[in-house]
Amino acid sequence: MKKKRLKKIKNTAIRKAEEVLAFSRPKSLRDVELHYCAGCGHSIVHRLICETIDEFGIRERVIGVAPVGCAVIAYDYWDFDVTEAAHGRTPAVATGIKRVLPGNIVFTYQGDGDLAAIGTAEIIHAANRGENITVIFVNNGVYGMTGGQMAPTTLAGQKTVTTLEGRTIRNDGYPIKILEMLSVLPGAKYLERVSVHSAQEILRAKRAISKAFKTQIDNKGFSIVEVLSMCPTYWGMTSIQSADRIKNEVSTFYPIGVIKSY
Amino acid sequence: MLMCGNDACGEGAILAGCAFYAGYPITPQNELTAYMAKRMGETGGVFIQAESELAAINMVFGASVAGVRAMTSSSSPGISLKQEGISYLAGCELPCVIVNMQRGGPGLGNIAPAQGDYFQAVKGGGHGDYKIIVLAPASAQELMDYTYIAFDLADKYRNPVMILGDGLLGQMMEPIQIKSVEGRPLVDKPWALTGCKGRQARFIRSLFLGDGALEEHNKKLQEKFNNIKKNEIRAETLNIKDADIILVAYGSVARIARAGMELGRAKGLKVGLIRPITLWPFPEKTIADISGKAKKFLVVEMSAGQMVEDVMLAVKGRAEVDFYGRMGGGIPTEEEILKKIEALVKQS
Repeated sequence: MKKKRLKKIKNTAIRKAEEVLAFSRPKSLRDVELHYCAGCGHSIVHRLICETIDEFGIRERVIGVAPVGCAVIAYDYWDFDVTEAAHGRTPAVATGIKRVLPGNIVFTYQGDGDLAAIGTAEIIHAANRGENITVIFVNNGVYGMTGGQMAPTTLAGQKTVTTLEGRTIRNDGYPIKILEMLSVLPGAKYLERVSVHSAQEILRAKRAISKAFKTQIDNKGFSIVEVLSMCPTYWGMTSIQSADRIKNEVSTFYPIGVIKSY
Repeated sequence: MLMCGNDACGEGAILAGCAFYAGYPITPQNELTAYMAKRMGETGGVFIQAESELAAINMVFGASVAGVRAMTSSSSPGISLKQEGISYLAGCELPCVIVNMQRGGPGLGNIAPAQGDYFQAVKGGGHGDYKIIVLAPASAQELMDYTYIAFDLADKYRNPVMILGDGLLGQMMEPIQIKSVEGRPLVDKPWALTGCKGRQARFIRSLFLGDGALEEHNKKLQEKFNNIKKNEIRAETLNIKDADIILVAYGSVARIARAGMELGRAKGLKVGLIRPITLWPFPEKTIADISGKAKKFLVVEMSAGQMVEDVMLAVKGRAEVDFYGRMGGGIPTEEEILKKIEALVKQS
């Protein structure tokens, strides 16, 4: 009896020790150095996805589709099956995978150039078909990989290497609100816009990503989370200035919150 | 059983175990898309009418990533749009079958049969150093048989395979014999993405950023292409041993050329025919071996002269190579070919 009790106490102690470890690397995230610039939001989003996958216990069922852009080598960071896709064709590739493996969890990871410019047709039609996939759409308002060109989501007046005096509506048109566009499609089931510019918003982003994956797990259909993200390098700002810019500028044009839920 | 070439091609895919088809409407291959819609429904496969040719080829990419036999089809302008995807498929070493029922070009062209996409099919088509296996059937029966073979070749070499037909072959009704192929096991795909249960995570990519990594990848691809060259060349030869003039033609034109050859033979002219069945790899040796003996080659195509360049490369100046072609939907007749043969005989 004494021995048993001792063991029990010991086990409780271990459990408590584990509980103290409140922050650890998700199993789905490889223990490697990420190449992203200081203050970039990609690594946060990578982590949130991996945490979500771990929490749902779906690592062995997940197939990710990596984009062309800054996150092009996401498969070096994620420890589950990942394929590349041509620029913008990501949702079409995901469609092919999910249709033949409906029991797997298929998600795409796309930037604003990938999703809102070259891949506009693919995202609209994947959503419209109600493909049971999850899309993580990272919107930082520039093409980072290629050197900071204007993206479809670049705000009016924002300076980039291809809008030297700032984006003009006359020449470049308006920034695109993809989620609002997709929200009119009956096939699109869960749409939420979040940000990663503060701890509070990161927690909110995590909940949204979790909800989006749950939408797919429950076979409810197409889900997308737009993540407003910082690009200090091509915004020409410090990390803190970049976070403030999302709070004060970007999120006023792209309102944070659930756009549509089933 | 009577079937049009497009349907026969679709049935060949079904026999081969094709479980995924994505396509987009374009004439003259629409019967194939409709046939796949019907047959995929019946066999439990996946059929998607995509929003574009780009989406269709990339859906095929996805299905191939997931390890199933996948196919798309189109006609010339649509095949141009698929080239980006084909380059990625080749770079990622993903098997799939692409059918091109060629029509007149360039641009929107017309919907009549043509062979103007030869260069695009055999020389690469998309960006980068790669090859796809190109099969050129000449009848509805062959469309069925070679589509079936195409899936095996694609899996064997982890490479895209193209069926290069034309509007004539696709829409012509011909008698077909459907062979029974039940119980044939498909090859294992230890590279496919199915979720990493019980194994290490896998990834599929054509991006190699490390120093020298892409060159290594390219060397590996070239080695594979050389293996295909060694093992997979197919050609049909007729009457070439004693021939003074050898016709070279593929696909539907090969059948017309054969009729032209027979007209010539009936007149006592020594005419033979080489019909490349694989356009890549090209039957260089078949042509090279005879090029010392035959006096002249006459290449007949429904183009301004594309395959003729490969014939010249194989002949290496050992014989004269002449060309007869019709373009923009014009179909050569056997009489036209005979006339050309007679003119060549007179010259020599």
